Amino acid sequence: MVMGELSQETHVAVIGGGPGGYAAAFRAADLGLDVTLVEEEPRCGGTCLLRGCIPSKALLQTAEIIWDAAEAARRGVRFPTPELDLAKLRAWKDGIIDTLASGLDRLAKKRNVQIVRARAVFENAHTLRLEGSELTHLTFRHAVVAVGSEPLSLPGVSLKPGGRIMDSTGALAVHDIPARLLVVGGGYIGLELGCAYAVFGSRVTLVHRAERILGGVDDDLVRPLVKRIGGLFESVRLETDVEALWEDADGVTAVLRGPSETLEERFDRVLIAVGRAPRSRGLGLEALGVATDEAGFIRVDDRRRTSVPHIYAVGDVAGHPMLAHKAMREGKVAAEAIAGMPSAYDVQAVPAVVYTDPQIAWAGLTETEARRKNMAVKIARFPWGASGRALTMDAADGLTKILFDPESGRILGMGIVGRGAETMIAEGVLALEMGASAEDVALTVHAHPTLSETEGEAAEVFLGSATHLYVPQGAQGKTTPP
Amino acid sequence: MAKIFRLPDLGEGIHEGEIVEVLVRSGDSVTEGQPLLIVETDKATVEIPSPFTGVVQTVHVEAGEVVHVGDPLVTVREAGEPAEESAPAPTPAAPTGVEPAEAAEGLPVAASPATRRLARELGVDLRRVRPSGPGGRVTADDVRRAAQAAKTPERPEAIGGVAPPEAHETLEEEGSPPPEAPPAPSAVPAGVPVFAAERRVPLRSFRRVIARRMADAWARVPHVSHHDGVDISELERLRQELNRETADPARHLSLTPFLVKAVVAVLKEFPAFNARLDEARQEIILKAHYHIGVAVDSPRGLVVPVLKNADRKSITELAAELRALSQRARSGELNPDDVSGGTFTLTNIGALGGRGFTPIINYPQTAILGAGKARLEPVVTGTLDEHTLTVRLILPVVLAFDHRVVDGADGARFVNRLKTLLEDPKMLLVSL
Repeated sequence: MVMGELSQETHVAVIGGGPGGYAAAFRAADLGLDVTLVEEEPRCGGTCLLRGCIPSKALLQTAEIIWDAAEAARRGVRFPTPELDLAKLRAWKDGIIDTLASGLDRLAKKRNVQIVRARAVFENAHTLRLEGSELTHLTFRHAVVAVGSEPLSLPGVSLKPGGRIMDSTGALAVHDIPARLLVVGGGYIGLELGCAYAVFGSRVTLVHRAERILGGVDDDLVRPLVKRIGGLFESVRLETDVEALWEDADGVTAVLRGPSETLEERFDRVLIAVGRAPRSRGLGLEALGVATDEAGFIRVDDRRRTSVPHIYAVGDVAGHPMLAHKAMREGKVAAEAIAGMPSAYDVQAVPAVVYTDPQIAWAGLTETEARRKNMAVKIARFPWGASGRALTMDAADGLTKILFDPESGRILGMGIVGRGAETMIAEGVLALEMGASAEDVALTVHAHPTLSETEGEAAEVFLGSATHLYVPQGAQGKTTPP
Repeated sequence: MAKIFRLPDLGEGIHEGEIVEVLVRSGDSVTEGQPLLIVETDKATVEIPSPFTGVVQTVHVEAGEVVHVGDPLVTVREAGEPAEESAPAPTPAAPTGVEPAEAAEGLPVAASPATRRLARELGVDLRRVRPSGPGGRVTADDVRRAAQAAKTPERPEAIGGVAPPEAHETLEEEGSPPPEAPPAPSAVPAGVPVFAAERRVPLRSFRRVIARRMADAWARVPHVSHHDGVDISELERLRQELNRETADPARHLSLTPFLVKAVVAVLKEFPAFNARLDEARQEIILKAHYHIGVAVDSPRGLVVPVLKNADRKSITELAAELRALSQRARSGELNPDDVSGGTFTLTNIGALGGRGFTPIINYPQTAILGAGKARLEPVVTGTLDEHTLTVRLILPVVLAFDHRVVDGADGARFVNRLKTLLEDPKMLLVSL
C-alpha cells in the first residue's frame, strides 16, 4: 500500500450486489458480522433487478393485459385496440426498478452494511483493490464472490449500446417496438422477450439451434407453449443457425442456415439470447488459486467455499442453475458458514419458472431426467381441461404432473404448464423439501375452485381415484421407463 | 481423467464390509499402494490400498457405512492432469461437494429442511438415523434421539434389565420423547431418580456377524454337549519341563497346541467329527484335511483364526503359528484367509475360569471342543473296598456336536479317546 491511499478493514467483503450478494450481506449482518458490499454499478440488485427478472416481468405482465383484452372478445367483452405509450411503459417499469433498488439501499443501511461503489479486484488473499472509489483497498477476513453472469453473444458479433443487435439488456430497455424482430435462442429468455414483443406488435422470427425449444424441459409441458408461439410468432425455425449478421442504418441482414435451406432476411432488430456465462475472469481469482471448471464457474463445496477456504462464491458465478432464488439461498448459506453455523446448501429442489403465457414451472426430477437416468418412476397427470377454474381462465390446455417413487409414493418432481404455474410450483417444492408422499398432498384440502386443486388431484391420480378425473382400475400413474 | 475406485472383490465370498476408517480426505495426494480405507468384513479387517497415484477428488464413503463390492469408495484424479493444475497444491479444505448429483445414488433421506438443519447442528448423519415417520421420513425427534445416543459414552449395555423403571422407559421412549434434547447423562447428579432412556447400540460389523452366525448355528443344529474331566497332570509336567528348557518366555508352550494335536489324532479316528452336513444334497462331507479353528477373544469380539493342516505341523510349529494368529486377531489384522476353511474348532476358555460350559458349534462344522480351567481335584481310584485318594490336575472338557451327523455314543467315544491321549503323553506321542 502506498501512502495517501485510503484503506479499510471489514470482516466480510461481499463482491456484487445482486440477489446472491445482498442476501449474503444481509444475512451476515443479521448474524452480527461487519459487512462491506462492493458493487460496481450505481444501484444494487444485479442482473435480476436491473436487467433481468423484474423488468422482463413488467413487460410480460403488460403483454398479458393486452393479450387478455383481445381474448376477452370470446366471452363477450370488446375493447378497442390498445395503444402502447412506450415512454410511459418504460417509465413505469423503471420506476419499479428504482423503488426496489432504493429499497435495497435502505435495507443495507438499516443493517449497517456499508455499500462501496467500486470495481473490486483481489490484490491478495485478504485484500481487494477497489477501482473507481475514494477507498482504494479493502482488507477482509472472508469474502463472498457474487459477481454473477453476463449474456453470451454469437461468435464475431459485438453489441453496441443502443444498436439494432441487442442482448436481453437492450431488449428490456424497449427502445422501440421493431416491426420485424429476430430472436436468436429458444431458451427461456428468448421465449419470454419474444412473446412480449410479439404481443406488443412485432412480427417475431425465432431461430433455435436444437430441434426443440426449452431443451431439457419435458415435452408435455412445452407443447402448449409451442402451440401458442406457433400462432403468435411469424415463424419458428428449429435446427437453424445464424451464419452472419450485418447491421446497417435501417436494419439488420441475417443469414439463417436451416436444415434444408439458407436464407438471407432483413429485420429491424435482433435479440441474441443464446445463454449466459459466469463472470469469474478479471477478478484476480486465478492468482489466488481459486479453482474454476471448464465453463468458468467457480468450484464450491456444499458450504459455498471455494478452493481457498475463506473465499466463498454464490449465485451464477458458482454454477447452474443461474437463478436468483438459488443465488439467494447460497448467499445465506455462505453468510451462515462464515458466522460459524453448520449450514449447507442441501436443497432438494430449485424451482424453475418460464414466464411465458402459458407459464411453465418445474421442480425436482423431470421426466426427461428420469428417462435419461433410467429411473423407475410413476407419473400422474391432471389435465386442466378437468379443472373448473382453468376453464373460467381459458386455460384448458394446462397440465399438472407429479413424478412419484413407485414404491413409497414419495414425490420426486413436479411440472406445471399454464397460467399461475409460478405460484403453484411452490406446493411441489415444499412437498419435495418435506419428503412428502402422494397421500400427504392428496389428503391436503385444496380450495375449490382453484388451479392448486390440480396438484391435489394429480396426487389422487397416483393413488388411483381422483374426484374430477376418471382413473381406470390399474391405470393409475404411468411407469417410466416402460 | 478422474478414476472411481470401487470396493474390490475381497474373495472368500465376501460381498460387503463396514468402513472402519477413512484414511484420506479429498485433496490429499495418494500414491499407488497407499492405504485409503480400512474395511471390516465378516472375516477380517483389511486395508484397502489405492490402485492409482493422484489426488483424492471425492471420498464417497464415511466411517460406519456398510459398502458392497462395486460401490464407489473414492474418486482419484490422476497426477499431472492439466485441467486441474490451476488448483493450488496445498488445499486442505478442497471442495467436497463439487459434483453434486453424481455421488447421490438413490433418493436423499426424506426429512424436512428444518430437520436437516438440526441434523447438521447436532452433527448427525441423516442416513444413519432410524426414521420414525411414514415412508421412512426422519423427524426432528429422530435426529435428537440419534444425537443423544451418539453422545452417551460407549460402555457395555446393561445385561439383565438392571434399570428399575422399565415400564416408564418403554413409554418415554416409544411414545412421546421429550421435546428438548435431554441433558447428557454425566450432567445427572447421582441419587436422582432417572427414567434413563435405554440405549440402542447399532449391531454392526463383528457383533452383527457373530450374532447372525450364532443364531444360525443354534437354529439349524441340534446340539449335544458331552462333558468330562481329563487328568492332564502328566501332560502338565511335560509342558512345564519343556518350558523350563526354553529360555525365551515368549516361546513357552501353552496347553492349546497339545489339545490341537490330540484333537487331530482323534479326528483321524473319528472322521465324522471332521465333517460337514450338506443339507441340500443330504450328504455328509468328510473333510480330507485338518484345519483347526481356535477361538480368540479379541477387542472386537470373538474371532476364530484357523491353524491350517494342523496334522502336518509340530507342536512347536503350531504354538508359533497360534501366537502369530492371536496377535493379529487382537490387533485386528487378520486376513480373510486366516479365518476361513476351518473343519473343527477348539475353544479354550480356561484362562477365564469356569467349570463347564456349552459351546456353540462353528456351523457348518460338525463339532467343537471346549476346555475350561484345569484345577487340582481329589481323585479316588480303586474298588469300593480298596481305594486311594490322590490329587490330580483335571481339565474340564466338553464336546458339542451335531446330532444329525453323529450320535451320543460317538461323542462319548471321541472324548474317551481324547482323554487317553491327553492323560498319557506317551500315547499322544505315538499318535503323532
